[in-house]
Amino acid sequence: MYTQPVNGKFGPYGGKYIPETLMQAVEELEVAYEEAKQDPEFQVRFNDLLSEYVGRETPLYYAENMSRRLGTNVYLKREDLNHTGAHKINNTIGQALLAKRMGKRKVVAETGAGQHGVATATVCALLNLECTIFMGEVDVERQELNVFRMELLGATVVPVKSGSRTLKDAVNEALRYWVKHVDDTHYVMGSVLGPHPFPTMVRDFQSVIGTETRRQVLEKTGRLPDAVVACVGGGSNAMGMFYPFLNDETVALYGVEAAGSGVDTDKHAATLTKGEVGVLHGSLMYVLQDAAGQIQEAHSISAGLDYPGVGPEHSFLKDIERVRYAAVTDEDALAACMTLSRQEGIIPALESSHALAYAETLAKTMDADDVLVICLSGRGDKDVHTIRERVTQ
Amino acid sequence: MRLDEAIRQRSEGTAFVPYIMAGDDGLDSLIPTIERLEAMGATAIELGIPFSDPVADGPVIEAAGMRALEHGVTLTDVLDRLIEGTGRFSVPIVLMTYLNPVFRFGVERFFERAAASGVSGVIIPDLPFEESLDLFAGIDRHEVAVVPLVTLTSSQARIDTILDQAEGFVYAVTLKGTTGKTDVFPEELLDHLRSLTERSPVPVLAGFGVHRADQVRTLGAACDGVVVGSFIVEALHAGRVQDVAALIASARTVNAKK
Repeated sequence: MYTQPVNGKFGPYGGKYIPETLMQAVEELEVAYEEAKQDPEFQVRFNDLLSEYVGRETPLYYAENMSRRLGTNVYLKREDLNHTGAHKINNTIGQALLAKRMGKRKVVAETGAGQHGVATATVCALLNLECTIFMGEVDVERQELNVFRMELLGATVVPVKSGSRTLKDAVNEALRYWVKHVDDTHYVMGSVLGPHPFPTMVRDFQSVIGTETRRQVLEKTGRLPDAVVACVGGGSNAMGMFYPFLNDETVALYGVEAAGSGVDTDKHAATLTKGEVGVLHGSLMYVLQDAAGQIQEAHSISAGLDYPGVGPEHSFLKDIERVRYAAVTDEDALAACMTLSRQEGIIPALESSHALAYAETLAKTMDADDVLVICLSGRGDKDVHTIRERVTQ
Repeated sequence: MRLDEAIRQRSEGTAFVPYIMAGDDGLDSLIPTIERLEAMGATAIELGIPFSDPVADGPVIEAAGMRALEHGVTLTDVLDRLIEGTGRFSVPIVLMTYLNPVFRFGVERFFERAAASGVSGVIIPDLPFEESLDLFAGIDRHEVAVVPLVTLTSSQARIDTILDQAEGFVYAVTLKGTTGKTDVFPEELLDHLRSLTERSPVPVLAGFGVHRADQVRTLGAACDGVVVGSFIVEALHAGRVQDVAALIASARTVNAKK
């Protein structure tokens, strides 16, 4: 039986390793979230927005061509069909509603590729919240269309010039901003990261993915899947997908990290595969770091997986071996992206393509009547630029 | 001597604790800089350990940390240099380090080695006291004081608990924000400092934002002293040693309330 965390700790992982200035805000958030969870009105509003605004539930699609080719039954959970094109909005809706409930007028968020930033800006437009997004200068250049999208939605995008000028530095800057504006601002953490209660709360908001999937697969096949695969950067789509299956012992769960140029090079984002336990951005978890405890840069073709830490609950699930974690290279993810585009007419996000690539390997070990579910966490429109650059190289 | 006693004994007027980034300009200058600051009248020295992701710091200290990292400075190197410098200075050293370098080094080993290097205290800005209770449970801290931070957002209940267990000194953060010079402190600050100082069993030092002599005097009169970071780091990096000396000297003219 999988047990709930005590005091925000998943085994040793998680916790609240944050500056004292933020303690009060984080504790208030913890209380507000516990109250909201028990409040039927909050839940009705959340679910209503998920169905009417986001377009849930998303289909669990039987990928016929892929199934035939791989010799097993492959289902894709179509999070790519959500409003804004990925699972990220499940969480931003939950947190924005919570911000309103706490009387906060402003939100701040970090973004890497811009997906979480767009999802945050979208919900802020809907709920009339002032929105500031921090984004590394390198990512601003790589994803200028997403920057424009956020601005179109009324958000202020602040390029971050410190450190490696990518996602990790955007989190640093967003945390600093939060310290300065903590009285009227809520921090919309984009993944199952950060101090308690963020990892638990984000997982809960995302667990709609797994809850729907579990019911849908039972309806369609009359049984639980044999394997579920999801990509892991910070780990929010995977946590949302896995959580409702944690106590189904017959369901094998696989988290797929980004191996970048390869896990034996220094250019990867395979935190669970190659990292060591440490503290970053408020949480004890596996992180990529050197011998002196300096955080190292992550590398992946997919900006959404390009983070040197991984959620504390994933760290725990790795240790207790409930979830198996693997890593897939840029090259293999890209190939899987092309394959799905051509065989199913679905262009997947490069993040999700890591899960697809791993599923190719996994399918070889599965029987013809087995059921394999892959979380298609987002659509690939945002990545066509990157993909084109790579294939024409 | 315990850190709190040393601070009381060494303060003339009000305590002045300059912050320096270890290894900014390389580690060879570390001991000479400590000696120089001691000669200028520093009550204690806060010695920053560079970290890749210093979320509590503003741009000046972050940049100094990045320079130190470019010099390859590690916690181990800094402790080694302090051991080499034993006997060359008597000013107490308080390390300011984010948790991860300590965690990676090993918490138990950290306290052992810090004590052996003559370190009197440690400030860990991303370790709130609740987490420190868990992390340090059953660990011999070798009389290295773990200096707590109190901020303007800390609730009265938290402040009471923090003051109860305070060691070394209480680091009273003067603003909602990161380190870096400011000209405007929050209105409620002086009352907050006076109230802390009244209740605290150890000295209360105000830090973040301080960079002018009049601020040293005003804040220093409301508590037991000040910590000055960005101003010192910037001045030392630019070679403006006289500015540092002048600001430290301003602390001596404060009418101590005790």
